Amino acid sequence: MPPPRLTIQALEKSFGANRVLRRLDLTIAPGEIHALVGGNGAGKSTLSKIIAGIATADAGELRLDGAPYRPATRLAATAAGVVMVLQELNVLPTLSVAENLFLSNLPRRGGVIVNRRELQSRARLALGRVGLTHLDPDTPAAALGIGHQQLVEIAAGLAQSCRLLILDEPTAALTQGEIETLFRLLAELRAHGTSVLYISHRLNELAGLADRVSVLRDGQLVAMLPIADTTHDRLIELMSGTKTAPAARAAVGSAAGQLALQLRSVRIGTAVRDVSLELHSGEILGLGGLVGAGRTELLRVIYGADRRDGGEMFLGADRRPFAPRSPADAVAAGFAFVPEDRKQHGILAPRSVRENANLARLASRHLWLRAVDGTAEAAATSRVVDSLAVRCTSAEQPIAELSGGNQQKLVVGRWLGREVRIWLLDEPTRGVDVDARRRIYALLAERAAAGEAILVASSDYEELATLCHRVLVMSNGGITAEFAAADLRPDTFMAAAFRGFASTTAA
Amino acid sequence: MHRLHRHSEFLFFAALLALLVGLFSAWSDHFWSPPTFDTIANRIPQLALASLGMTFVLVAGGIDLSVGSVAALAGAAFGGCVIDLGAPVFIGVLAGLGAGLACGLFNGLVVNWLRMPSFIVTLGMLEIVRGFAYLITHSQTRYLGERLDFLQAAIPGTGVSVAFGLAIALTAAAHFVLTRTVFGRHVVAVGTNEEAARLAGLSPSRVRAVVFALSGGFAALGGLCHIARLSAADPNGGTGLELSAIAAAVIGGTSLMGGRGSMLMTFVGVLIIATLESGLAHLGVSEPVKRVVTGLVIIGAVAAEATRSRFAARRTFASR
Repeated sequence: MPPPRLTIQALEKSFGANRVLRRLDLTIAPGEIHALVGGNGAGKSTLSKIIAGIATADAGELRLDGAPYRPATRLAATAAGVVMVLQELNVLPTLSVAENLFLSNLPRRGGVIVNRRELQSRARLALGRVGLTHLDPDTPAAALGIGHQQLVEIAAGLAQSCRLLILDEPTAALTQGEIETLFRLLAELRAHGTSVLYISHRLNELAGLADRVSVLRDGQLVAMLPIADTTHDRLIELMSGTKTAPAARAAVGSAAGQLALQLRSVRIGTAVRDVSLELHSGEILGLGGLVGAGRTELLRVIYGADRRDGGEMFLGADRRPFAPRSPADAVAAGFAFVPEDRKQHGILAPRSVRENANLARLASRHLWLRAVDGTAEAAATSRVVDSLAVRCTSAEQPIAELSGGNQQKLVVGRWLGREVRIWLLDEPTRGVDVDARRRIYALLAERAAAGEAILVASSDYEELATLCHRVLVMSNGGITAEFAAADLRPDTFMAAAFRGFASTTAA
Repeated sequence: MHRLHRHSEFLFFAALLALLVGLFSAWSDHFWSPPTFDTIANRIPQLALASLGMTFVLVAGGIDLSVGSVAALAGAAFGGCVIDLGAPVFIGVLAGLGAGLACGLFNGLVVNWLRMPSFIVTLGMLEIVRGFAYLITHSQTRYLGERLDFLQAAIPGTGVSVAFGLAIALTAAAHFVLTRTVFGRHVVAVGTNEEAARLAGLSPSRVRAVVFALSGGFAALGGLCHIARLSAADPNGGTGLELSAIAAAVIGGTSLMGGRGSMLMTFVGVLIIATLESGLAHLGVSEPVKRVVTGLVIIGAVAAEATRSRFAARRTFASR
């Protein structure tokens, strides 16, 4: 019998007094897709970074195909056949797709000059493997949407021959079709003997994909099970360490309050075409669809972050015309906004939890001459930290040191310091662990119950189904369907999401 | 822990300053004497004021290369009003400050409207404003007599001049504004991540307009202190002031990438530069050597501080 692809024994890693991994053991078989799940700060990211040579362990032993394995750098890990596709996108925007793919080993002529033709053909091959056959390898990476960037990252990972591929939340930004391509690809890799370590918060997708699943909690392995022996609720139970009731609908009942926001024939270039919608107080309205359907553009225009090319917007039951010239205008009118890209558009990375939690509360320029009230600030910070259970060592800890889920809790929670009437959230739980997700859902349900209106754009069908009273589907810039929560079904939803792209005759 | 960290940074530079004073005292018998401190104290107001404005701009994520020219323009405007037009002194002061504020505001608005890097806009303004200073004075130095001597007079009961007192008071005020007010919070947020700040409902363009206006105003006030000392408005005055101001801010730990900086530390940076300049002059060092040494101190101070804070961060992290 061959040795396991990867054996991990008694792995230890601490950051200061914080023990992230505690005597962790794990075994991955050759040709196995091994899922890794766990809550906030369970140690998934740290573990995968150690395996991929991005971080080093304090103690413990790793063996790759029976031989001692201790990569000092990511490059060393790659040379040994261990490749990781990072969760945070790593694409260099000014370089072409092809250059991004082969950055670390560009084909060269005479050792110096880049062999463009060779680069092109290799890139086409790599892109073809992830289903991006129509993508020109010379496209600048900046021109790609976030979903395509993720696929390019995965293609880059696959372009290198590897024994163990590590994927961290690879489907977060992918459309259904792209996800299917990826899964088919992973199955192929498995058939050729490659092992895959697959980290995901989307428990439902594991069933059809993985062979075994390992559950981490507080830096330890709590269970390693064949996927067939698990259920969604059982995994949640193992991760949280407590028995939980099956996920309740966050939003109960249909709340038909007064009109909060009305859009009439809003147009933005070719991205959004004649979108009309109504959002009511106390309602959570979902905005579903494929990546690139125009949801982000629509939310940004409502919020005043971009200009619209046509159409009208109205606020409140008395339909006051609303034309924000900046996000500051929208905030003054009672809007809250949670952007799609947390790192670039959400957080002040080097600043403290306290400053990030109070950013929106202090947003008005009418407060400029006021001194910051330390007591009010501390109170606002603990309100956000307590109500969303943000895990941080202190209010002064830089937000960059927090996990993605905890950062997102602060980006959402900082609006609690203001009087909000309308929430606009763009992918509020992307790359966020199960605990953070549940807390954000609970918060939104609570805000809706308090009469606030909520518009959520999401690529996650489960999220829309769990959270929303009503779901609109956007496709190719237009709204193609509306579902009441009770009528939502995956097949009709998916059909609506593709409808706008199918009919070429549509305006 | 963060408070402690800030203190240790301050102590580090206080020690550096003490080291400079000690070295100069050891090398020169006459360094430790009232005239030396007069020279240092004289150099401080203009540089300190320009550096405070520069720190606002740098923390907000911009840079202002026009402060030297703006300082000269303020002096020229004062001279033009008071000497050529015979206006009262306070009108001249208002004209000088107004010209500085206007230049600064113009910088901020152009950066906002044309969405251009402030480096380029203020580089252009460096030339434009200098040109206006020449035009106003017809390229000639205006002698002011005793008109601004009140800025040089000692504050009763202290040994320091009004200008020096003004620099101290405004340093304290700027420190309060940057660390304690909502506006200061906005400046830091915009400098840290402009788009995140905008999407949280802040107005980066307004913040920018104000910090550039402040920079212009501070530079103008610095320019007035300068001409008060010389009793003459020189259209060539303030040349290179922008680089000294940037150096003072950077020695004080202000980041050129925005989002980080402290007014108190900038003031310490000003003290270091002023001490170095007059100390070297005192030793009779030639101008070329002076510049070489000044340059080395700038690089050395920032490098030493970076090493120290990395070391301190590792220690606090490990002991957590």
